[in-house]
Amino acid sequence: MNALDWFVLLGTMLGIAAYGTWRTRHTDNLNTYLKGNRNTGWLTIGLSVMATQASTITYLSLPGQAYENGMAFIQNYFGLPLALIIVCVVFLPIYRKLGVYTAYEYLGKRFDAKTRLLGASLFLLQRGLQAGITIYAPAIILSTVLGWRLDLTIIFTGLLVIIYTVTGGSAAVNLTQKWQMAVIMGGMITAFVVLLSKLPAGALHIAGAMGKLQAVDFTPDLKRRYTFWSGVLGGLFLSLSYFGTDQSQVQRYIGGAALREGRLGLMFNAVFKIPMQFFIVMLGAMLFVFYQFEPATPVFFNQTEWRHHVEGPQGAAFKAIDEQYAVLHADQQSKIRAWVAARDHGDVAEESAARNAMAEAQKASDALRQKARDTLKSVDPNAQVKDSDYVFITFILTQLPHGVVGLLIAVMFASALSSKAGELNALGTTSTIDLWRHFRPLAAHDEARNVRNAKWFTALWGLFAIGFALYVSSAENLIEGLNIVASIFYPALLGVFVVAFFLKRVGGSAVFLAALAAQALVLALFFLGKAYPSHEIGYLWLNPIGVGACVIFSVVFQMIFGDRAKTQPDPI
Amino acid sequence: MNPPDPHNSDESPGVPGFRTWRDVYLFVFVFFVLVVALLAIFSRYFA
Repeated sequence: MNALDWFVLLGTMLGIAAYGTWRTRHTDNLNTYLKGNRNTGWLTIGLSVMATQASTITYLSLPGQAYENGMAFIQNYFGLPLALIIVCVVFLPIYRKLGVYTAYEYLGKRFDAKTRLLGASLFLLQRGLQAGITIYAPAIILSTVLGWRLDLTIIFTGLLVIIYTVTGGSAAVNLTQKWQMAVIMGGMITAFVVLLSKLPAGALHIAGAMGKLQAVDFTPDLKRRYTFWSGVLGGLFLSLSYFGTDQSQVQRYIGGAALREGRLGLMFNAVFKIPMQFFIVMLGAMLFVFYQFEPATPVFFNQTEWRHHVEGPQGAAFKAIDEQYAVLHADQQSKIRAWVAARDHGDVAEESAARNAMAEAQKASDALRQKARDTLKSVDPNAQVKDSDYVFITFILTQLPHGVVGLLIAVMFASALSSKAGELNALGTTSTIDLWRHFRPLAAHDEARNVRNAKWFTALWGLFAIGFALYVSSAENLIEGLNIVASIFYPALLGVFVVAFFLKRVGGSAVFLAALAAQALVLALFFLGKAYPSHEIGYLWLNPIGVGACVIFSVVFQMIFGDRAKTQPDPI
Repeated sequence: MNPPDPHNSDESPGVPGFRTWRDVYLFVFVFFVLVVALLAIFSRYFA
């Protein structure tokens, strides 16, 4: 990065943060602080929902995922449009009608205080820990490739988002997310255009022939992680949980001048989410083609880690792999060119033979990449061997012109800040409304005190996230663990909401016990799958199973307890 | 709890070409089906 890149990066990030802080510096009304301005339009809400959901991992890791495994991941989003329609029809009108600040207030109103506290606690537990990961994940990658200090990157990013989120609350989050999304879109489109200009003719056909463009898989196999069926069914429940019951999303759309604004904001996402994700995975597939023809393609994309070992005591083994890969890479390139020529000739037999030769070359190349990872692991058991996260950032730093590099690094930080701001805003709100006000009911009518407390809670969660991110840097396997925890705890929470909306005769105690039982079932399924891998099911399937179990258990417990299961609604 | 929203009736979507919210949802659903169909064709064409 040169001076121009730094100017673009710092100008963009600090400019947006300063603008958000200044525009919302007088936000001292509780409703505005927690829900945003009453005149917030549907486009701002729609962009805010999109920005909260898409973190840096989306823009940094997804192209790498497509580079490695093709476009199949896009099926993960197939349930999203259907889920958003259900949220618009069922969830949003009820939240607006009751005028709640948080989704869990509704649970208190419908059932009782303990169910509300259960919902709020499940949210705070998983989102609080994820807030640390939201900072940590991009910081580890950016600090590795740019040579920055990891702790300072985490602290700078964390403090920047705390400042404007605490100052302006939801209003500042909405405002800054709109501009951050503009930076993200502008940067990603620029990178895509530059990439297209560097591709050979027939790039799409090459990617397709090498298995990178398989976007839809109708195979009815429970063990496959991403299929059309797991995407539509599992993805529907996962998206319903996220958009309907996770306060970091609910808070984005319950504000606005009218119900219409929230609905249109969600429908905006229902229409554009899959095309947007298609664009990102397509970028990854095209990066794959680009690197088939790039002479300096590394065998392992985290070059900082790789070079460290090349220069280390076992450097000879790593250099030998580098040399082998250079030979294989050249061979693979010639096989691809031969296939393109055969395809142009129109000779079916020649084309088929060339395609087989190309597939064999790719297999050999993949095997050597795996050997590189195994060698790394054998030399350093703590080494990060997943290098797909580094594919796109390597392209950015080595192929884009100065200025655009700064813009793309700004994209990564903008996405980290925007999703983090949504999370902190929701954590502060839930802590104030569902916990603090519950235990201090007399203070509920003191608006200034409520805003003050919301600011304190937001800041505390921000500092907790920074501290957690700094801790994670010494225990990296927690990242994977926390992602799994998030997908495990959603189903019981959504189950409680489904019972609340559709089973009017079920009372608080029945649903409370049912949620605990469903949670136990999901945990049991998950751990049994780990103990017996041959029977493990794709994690998306845990969502419909957990929700279904919670609903069935609620009905059963209600039948057993009868009227004793009916409890008093939470008065606050 | 915040005062309930007074404008919570099932208002018109206010989008040209759509008279009711049902029309909007139907459009989004049809669009989704179309996108999945195009992706399936895309996958098959480039297989």
